[in-house]
Amino acid sequence: MAKMIHPKERMQREQVPMPEQKPQERSHNFKEVPLGYTKEQAIYEAQRCLQCKNPKCVPGCPAEINIPQFIKKIVEENFTGAYLEILKTDDLPAITGRVCPQEEQCQQVCILEKQGKPISIGRLERFVADWARENNIHGKLPKISIKEQRVAVVGSGPAGLTCAADLAKIGYEVTIFEALHRPGGVLVYGIPEFRLPKSIVEYEVKEIEKLGVKVVTDFVVGTIKSVDNLTQEFDAIFLANGAGAPRFMNIPGENLNDVYSANEFLTRSNLMKAYLFPEYDTPIKIGKRAATIGAGNVAMDSARTALRLGAAKSYIVYRRSRKEVPARAEEVHHAEEEGIIFNFLTLPIKVLGDDKGNVSGMECLKMELGEPDDSGRRRPIPIPASNFVIEVDMVIDAIGTSANPIVARSATGVEVNQWGYFIIDDNTKITTKEGIFAGGDIVRGSATVISAVGDGKVAARAINHYLNSGGSLRKNNNQNNFKIRR
Amino acid sequence: MYKVINKERLHEIIYSMWIEAPEVAQFVQPGQFIILMIKERGERIPLTVADFGRGKGLIRIVFQIVGKTSEELSTLEEGDKLFSFIGPLGKKTEIENYGKVITVGGGTGIACIHPITRALKEAGNEVISIIGARNKELIIMEEEIRKASSKLIVTTDDGSYGRKGFVTQVLKELLDKDKTIKKVWTIGPAIMMKVTCETTKPCPVETIVSLNSIMVDGTGMCGSCRVTIGGETKFACTDGPEFDGQLVDWVEFMNRLSRYKDAEKKSWDLYHEPTHLCSCGRG
Repeated sequence: MAKMIHPKERMQREQVPMPEQKPQERSHNFKEVPLGYTKEQAIYEAQRCLQCKNPKCVPGCPAEINIPQFIKKIVEENFTGAYLEILKTDDLPAITGRVCPQEEQCQQVCILEKQGKPISIGRLERFVADWARENNIHGKLPKISIKEQRVAVVGSGPAGLTCAADLAKIGYEVTIFEALHRPGGVLVYGIPEFRLPKSIVEYEVKEIEKLGVKVVTDFVVGTIKSVDNLTQEFDAIFLANGAGAPRFMNIPGENLNDVYSANEFLTRSNLMKAYLFPEYDTPIKIGKRAATIGAGNVAMDSARTALRLGAAKSYIVYRRSRKEVPARAEEVHHAEEEGIIFNFLTLPIKVLGDDKGNVSGMECLKMELGEPDDSGRRRPIPIPASNFVIEVDMVIDAIGTSANPIVARSATGVEVNQWGYFIIDDNTKITTKEGIFAGGDIVRGSATVISAVGDGKVAARAINHYLNSGGSLRKNNNQNNFKIRR
Repeated sequence: MYKVINKERLHEIIYSMWIEAPEVAQFVQPGQFIILMIKERGERIPLTVADFGRGKGLIRIVFQIVGKTSEELSTLEEGDKLFSFIGPLGKKTEIENYGKVITVGGGTGIACIHPITRALKEAGNEVISIIGARNKELIIMEEEIRKASSKLIVTTDDGSYGRKGFVTQVLKELLDKDKTIKKVWTIGPAIMMKVTCETTKPCPVETIVSLNSIMVDGTGMCGSCRVTIGGETKFACTDGPEFDGQLVDWVEFMNRLSRYKDAEKKSWDLYHEPTHLCSCGRG
């Protein structure tokens, strides 16, 4: 039974801090930084939850988790029950428990946030998911009423996996097509091991496969089969192929040998495990002094990876000030603890190199903040003649991504906007072509794992509605063919 | 899937393999490439397709031992399976009836030029092929290229077979003699493609090269393969691999090919250590 604590004590209790690897230690290894709550810590934290009658945290969760319910079950020490509660709507709990920006979502609207100590919902979610995995507790396979319709999902990142899981639970036959050799999308190529262990991604993908979802790897939609081809084999399609293409600064020297896109740097390290070279065959530059351009989460991941690979100095170079940093506060905090050096109000204008093409430095300008720009943030303005050189031997561009056109090019009638992202109806995620839906970064540009999960859920619901109302790409195609033949 | 169906040693360090990959074989076009991984711990390496059998679902790759991965690949036998085999990738060659064209292949580039040569001839072109290597032993796929083209000229640097000299000397003679040649394709070592472009520049004849940049995903996601073409950054994997050779920044291209020279040597040395301790399966 739930161990009740006195309301007064409940309000007085402080958040249970997350145990972490020490910064000096972790900056030299790729093991996970936060260690996770113990059972006792989880219960102690869960007891703080007020169990609001009209909880604000639930509408704050794109994965639609019944947060008070699963927390109540933690208090009752019914961890299996808590896990099954989360699984009702979120099939990636060990992942979302780690990488969601809870401070901007469920925890931001928690009543206790007013006192500056919201319930640590993410940490509790992570505890429950880890406990279930370690104790071999699995979700109950739904009693599936087999439906005859088939759905294709392009991309096995968080949006694709979520949509596939939700549709499989309803009974549809779902096939995910993944271009790389391993499923998970950004969860395996982008987010580093020290934030999201790959064994956990592998585990949660396997759990989704147990729902009957078929995952086909090594399959590049757009160069093998086109989306048009898929419309002849599937009744509905969900496009979740990710943002894809890296952006560069377009400054001189950017194609020197040791200038990386964050995508390349992180893919080498995470997906290909170059940090274990030569045990794994993929090499990566071990810089002595690395500069990462940008200050989002991907920039933090890159700078911290460079440090772990052996860089003596790892810099973040950002043209705005600390206040405008887009990365999660927790990531910036972790980076600072580990010794990442932040250069704010600094604009790179040229990468310098030697005659072999190796990087020898980066020329920058100092900036100052002017009036607010379109984004509402104060516009950084270069200070004339403030040029200076940062001595570095490698540079990582982490200034965002743009749309990779391979999938869109192969989809007749599916329109994209001026940046190449799919145009969709926000409520249903339907594209400009009936039966084809889209979500995640290929719609939003670079966003978060959880917004992709949310898109996957909304799309699954809309696809179910479409198929239930008799919609079918495959049937439409066959009917058209029939007409033509006659 | 991805089973080695046939293996042939074309030279001491050059191998040909037919790989079972029905979906790739169904959609591949001349000029495109694949990316393969031998094993889970392996690296992803791009190889231009040397031939394909659509009906049989087979893709032919030809490679030379240049480092650990290619050497390890050469140890696979018929019946062994690759861990991963992705393709077709990149844009296909623009095949049209141009009239009279030349294809130039050097080293394992001879294999890459093969399907392009054949497709050009099938499209109605008169195709003169020039293939070259250091010596007779290194000339590969001679009969296939002869069959695929209207006329074949072979060169060796040492004169041990065919014409003595470089492919570019023969090319220059042909271009000087015949002003009706419309287009040239050249695939081989970077330096050979660069010199070929210098040869055709004064004519001028449009010259297409195929750039074998270092890649990771091969689908436009990482940008490892970026090259400067006419002052603009392009991705060899999705914008190429074929480009107008006169626009390529060759110095940058060759520099970027050597990005991992030290790591490659380390890998190679470790692989050849008699008592090496890595878990590559070589014991």
